[in-house]
Amino acid sequence: MQYLVSVIDDGQALAAQKDDSATAGEMAAIDVFNDRLQAEGRWVFAGGLGFPSAATVVDNRGEQAVFTDGPFVESKEFLAGFWIIEAADLDEALKLATDGSKACNRRIEVRPFLVR
Amino acid sequence: MVASLTRRFSDLDIAEDAAGEAFAIAVERWPADGVPPNPGAWLTTTANRKAIDRIRREHKRDDKHREALMVLDDDPLEPVGAIDDDRLRLIFTCCHPALAMEARMALTLRMVGGLTVPEIARAFLVQEATMGRRITRAKDKIRAARIPYRVPSTEDLPARVSGVLAVLFLLFNEGYLATGPDTDPIRHELTAEAIRLARLIRALMPADGEVAGLLALMLLTEARRHARMSASGELVTLTEQDRGAWDSALIAEGHHLVRERLATGVAPGRYQLLAAINAVHTSAGDVRDTDWSQVVALYDQLVSLDPSPIVALNRAIAVAEIDGPDVALALVDRLDDRLAEYHAYHATRADLLRRLGRSQESRAAYDRAIDLSGNTAEAAYLTRRRDQLAPPSRESGVIVLSEPWEGR
Repeated sequence: MQYLVSVIDDGQALAAQKDDSATAGEMAAIDVFNDRLQAEGRWVFAGGLGFPSAATVVDNRGEQAVFTDGPFVESKEFLAGFWIIEAADLDEALKLATDGSKACNRRIEVRPFLVR
Repeated sequence: MVASLTRRFSDLDIAEDAAGEAFAIAVERWPADGVPPNPGAWLTTTANRKAIDRIRREHKRDDKHREALMVLDDDPLEPVGAIDDDRLRLIFTCCHPALAMEARMALTLRMVGGLTVPEIARAFLVQEATMGRRITRAKDKIRAARIPYRVPSTEDLPARVSGVLAVLFLLFNEGYLATGPDTDPIRHELTAEAIRLARLIRALMPADGEVAGLLALMLLTEARRHARMSASGELVTLTEQDRGAWDSALIAEGHHLVRERLATGVAPGRYQLLAAINAVHTSAGDVRDTDWSQVVALYDQLVSLDPSPIVALNRAIAVAEIDGPDVALALVDRLDDRLAEYHAYHATRADLLRRLGRSQESRAAYDRAIDLSGNTAEAAYLTRRRDQLAPPSRESGVIVLSEPWEGR
């Protein structure tokens, strides 16, 4: 069972005045956490994301593709990065996410992938 | 039965429907064919067959997983211990912290308590359809997010048990002091169900101190139920209650649990302390015999565990009985910034101010408490107390001549 573990930025980036809001200490803690995910066979994928202002929305449902500058939803809180982890059930996923939240010092959302 | 089917098929819907179908078939057939020699086993076997039929019919995506479970589990008659384990697992699933609190309460009543959706909807004063959706959403999340159906590991157990107890305590409190303008002030069906579930958990986890504590707390509170409401529908405070109307059997059971916990010598948790406080109150045949210093000592212990302002408020009420209302009022006033929106804070201040002869301030505090109280019986009580105060002085400053009947 795979879970998307989203990292929520609720003001840290704005406070840091730069794209990459994680401090050096947070980055180090995230690295340790990532190593552990890999060692335990939980790691599927992970990545940090650029600022929402760097986003472009594409809509090609009509006759012509339309490109729009900026994220599809404007909000103070945004997705700053994510993990995709492998866990047997929600309890396991929540346990990992609890440590992940501590490592990156952010709120985190855990969401299951659809089971195929 | 639902619990054991859930374990076998790891799907609450299938378990519930299969159990329902089995009962329906029984109702249809037993009057004609006669009751089978082992009705319980008959129902379980029938429900298992129905569940397997349904899974085959639906060709669910994770069919194979479920079929495997069914193959592994081929003992239809489970010993009592295993059924209890199933029920315990079900409780932990229904009270999982990933579910919203209101969903946890509803799901626990539905799956563990066996209440119907209309019954639960009535208990929470929402439309049946709304409650149905709430329960369906919770079950969908259990399935989609794969909330596990098992007793948590030893290291997680204390936190998860306290989560289960929090659900039961909320259920009980909603019944004990119901909120809402059109509801009965005391909802006995909720308090009774919370007690029944607490007894069940106590039977499943007899060594857990807080489980015993919560059950004792509920019993000692429920024991005073009939004395808490006057014939005219007004709340009666502990001080004014007819202690002869208390349920002595429930009190004896509650006291027994409290003594049992004291005998272990293990430091008590929050529910055990609250139960002990209630045990002191219910030990006094007359309110004047209440051992207030014991109550304050227990609150002191509770404050060190739970620094919430509500605990501090209740402690101050006990302090008033020993050190006087002036000392208590000073303690209460310190809580203003955190409890300004809490009806009991204003009701407590009103009572202390009244005892200090500060009628005007007391009246204002009663007004605020009445505004904030969501409970009709409590509001009725507060209104009566307020109206017993001396009338407010007229703004004009004109001396009001006494009415002719006064002073006779």
